[in-house]
Amino acid sequence: MTDVIDPPIELASDGHDEHHDVHHGPTGILKWMTTTDHKIIGLSYTVTSVIMLVIGGLFAEIIRAQLATPNGHLVSLAQYNELFTMHGSVMIYLFAGPFAFGGLANVIVPIQIGAPDMAFPRLNALSYWLYLTGAITMLLGFFTSGGAANFGWVAYAPLSNSLNTPGAGADLWIGGLLLTGFSAIFTGVNLTATIFYLRAPGMTMFRMPIFTWNMLVTAILILLAFPVLTAGLIMLYCDRHFGTHIFSTAGGGVPVLWQHIFWFWGHPEVYILALPFFGMATEIIAVFSKKPVFGYKSMVFATLSIGALSLGVWAHHMFTTGVVLLPFFSIMSLLIAVPTGIKIFNWIGTMWRGELWFSTAMLMALGFLFTFLIGGLTGVYLASPPLDFFTHDTYFVVAHFHSIVMALVLAGMGGLYYWGPKITGYMLNEKLGKAQFWLLFIGTQVFTLPQYILGLDGMPRRVALYIHNPQWKMLNDWSTFGAVLVGISTIIFVINVGYSWKKYPAGDNPWDAQTLEWFTTSPPPHHNFYRLPQIRSERPTWDYNHPEHKSLAHGAGTGVLHEPPLAATVVAVLEHGQEEDGPIAGATE
Amino acid sequence: MRVEAKILLSLGAFFGVMCAVYWNWSLENAGGVMMFAGMLLCFLPGSYYYWWSRRMKARPEDDPNSTQSEGAGVVGSFPSTSIFPFMLGMAAFLVVLALVFGIWFLVPGLALAVWAFLGATAEGRRGGHV
Repeated sequence: MTDVIDPPIELASDGHDEHHDVHHGPTGILKWMTTTDHKIIGLSYTVTSVIMLVIGGLFAEIIRAQLATPNGHLVSLAQYNELFTMHGSVMIYLFAGPFAFGGLANVIVPIQIGAPDMAFPRLNALSYWLYLTGAITMLLGFFTSGGAANFGWVAYAPLSNSLNTPGAGADLWIGGLLLTGFSAIFTGVNLTATIFYLRAPGMTMFRMPIFTWNMLVTAILILLAFPVLTAGLIMLYCDRHFGTHIFSTAGGGVPVLWQHIFWFWGHPEVYILALPFFGMATEIIAVFSKKPVFGYKSMVFATLSIGALSLGVWAHHMFTTGVVLLPFFSIMSLLIAVPTGIKIFNWIGTMWRGELWFSTAMLMALGFLFTFLIGGLTGVYLASPPLDFFTHDTYFVVAHFHSIVMALVLAGMGGLYYWGPKITGYMLNEKLGKAQFWLLFIGTQVFTLPQYILGLDGMPRRVALYIHNPQWKMLNDWSTFGAVLVGISTIIFVINVGYSWKKYPAGDNPWDAQTLEWFTTSPPPHHNFYRLPQIRSERPTWDYNHPEHKSLAHGAGTGVLHEPPLAATVVAVLEHGQEEDGPIAGATE
Repeated sequence: MRVEAKILLSLGAFFGVMCAVYWNWSLENAGGVMMFAGMLLCFLPGSYYYWWSRRMKARPEDDPNSTQSEGAGVVGSFPSTSIFPFMLGMAAFLVVLALVFGIWFLVPGLALAVWAFLGATAEGRRGGHV
């Protein structure tokens, strides 16, 4: 790192440019295949996962078209099973996770903490190749004679055994999941090691941006959860092909064990998906309110406690099996609402009396906040066993988690609009972006809200046909209409990328942002930095650009946080619009 | 280093408490074992970090008042480009296809894997400076 980080006196970077820009290496496709640069790998991840979003979205549109009429004939019942299975699998395994921890995190986290690259660059490249081949493996199922996997994205035993689901599609699903699982584990190792060992001098743990904190907790959760899934998949494969009876009663096995294993991975996975997007929303809201993150330390604590609690809630997906400890899982699930509530409180506190700038990224983050609140609150209902018994496997549950994941899509799109200029060096068109936001936001509500009513009315999930009931038909039509709006918004995004291609140069710091990634050039050079500022708070770039408004709340002098108790802070914010002895609110900026 | 250790140790401690409560209350083994393993998975690196944090002085990134020049020096040696991750990925792909389409896929898969392992190791020794 000799030339990567200079003493702060040498602020002129010209002398070092040519040293870094001259790189004799392979070009073209060979460059892509041999790269170990976290930015190129992260961009590959992002592009691949957005392609997966489009594929999974296409499945969703077909599903909704089928459900637009009670007795639809668009697809056969067997094809419908494949479609909803692969829609869930593609979106969960191949889009949401890799987009967050492989795509944006891969690019942004090392730059945010002032590192030259990820800790294990070649392992990082291997993660991408495993992800890509895993995605191809899973989708190959559509080209086999038996079709793709069709047992639902959860692959419950005994439905997933070789008698009930023969054929290559299911095995390809297992194989693809093994590959992407290892890819996730390697990324988790990489992120943890990078955050623990490659921070720039002065970047103490409690000065890391919230996005990096969230990625750290995500990475730890990946390491706790994904090996369990991998083990479970190997057991499932053995059951299917080697005659073991781990998940079948015939040989003394326990089918519900699969559910335990799957959800012991599956519920932390929900937070593995969600936490990165929480981090993106936090960064965006802080920057576009021109304020530091409100309650930084409580935000970190909330993230850590969501991570801690997430390991003890898995069986709330299994309430109706009748063999799980209801009170324990109900209490733990309800407890998660507390840190999540702290986060929502802090997001609102960050915006409070800030100088709001409603760019596309900010709108996406606000849309996330709203949609996530709906999804989160219905999650609190579902944590209560009596309500869960009533709504289990109905469209209420479908609507609940689609509110959540669509909130994540909103935040992720916000992340693309916010960090896209840093990654590519060019901005996206704001007008098209806002059109995309409104279609995506309204479409999301139009497609999820009717599903809540359908679910309470008793419509089961995973069905291709339903009874002739005018109200159900109307609600399903609204839901389909909303899905079409969401589809159009995605098309607008693709159009926007093409339309804005190399059109609006971004500059180093187009948003007047706060964290370290905005200190370097856009796109960043090989090994990220020509120079680094002194890091004295959690927003070094802001301090450097606005010496008159330095933020000194965190780690001033001693590294001890001098935050007033939460209640006092609230009062202070309400009265003065800023934290008591905390950072200066950007409202006066 | 101390903060990193504390995070992992306190996560592990929380999982330990949760595991004790859950296992004694539910008498269900799968979840109990998995939570216990989760606790160990936090304690293992956590105690390692804690052990080191007692024996080393604060790194520049742990010191809130350090300057950028304190971080100068070589971080490690990495090859700037490498084909072996790609080869290893393709090898894993072939091995997984062997699980589905036929055991003969293992032959090119494992051959490619061995080649990539050897190549990556040799490349790691040659290195390059960052």
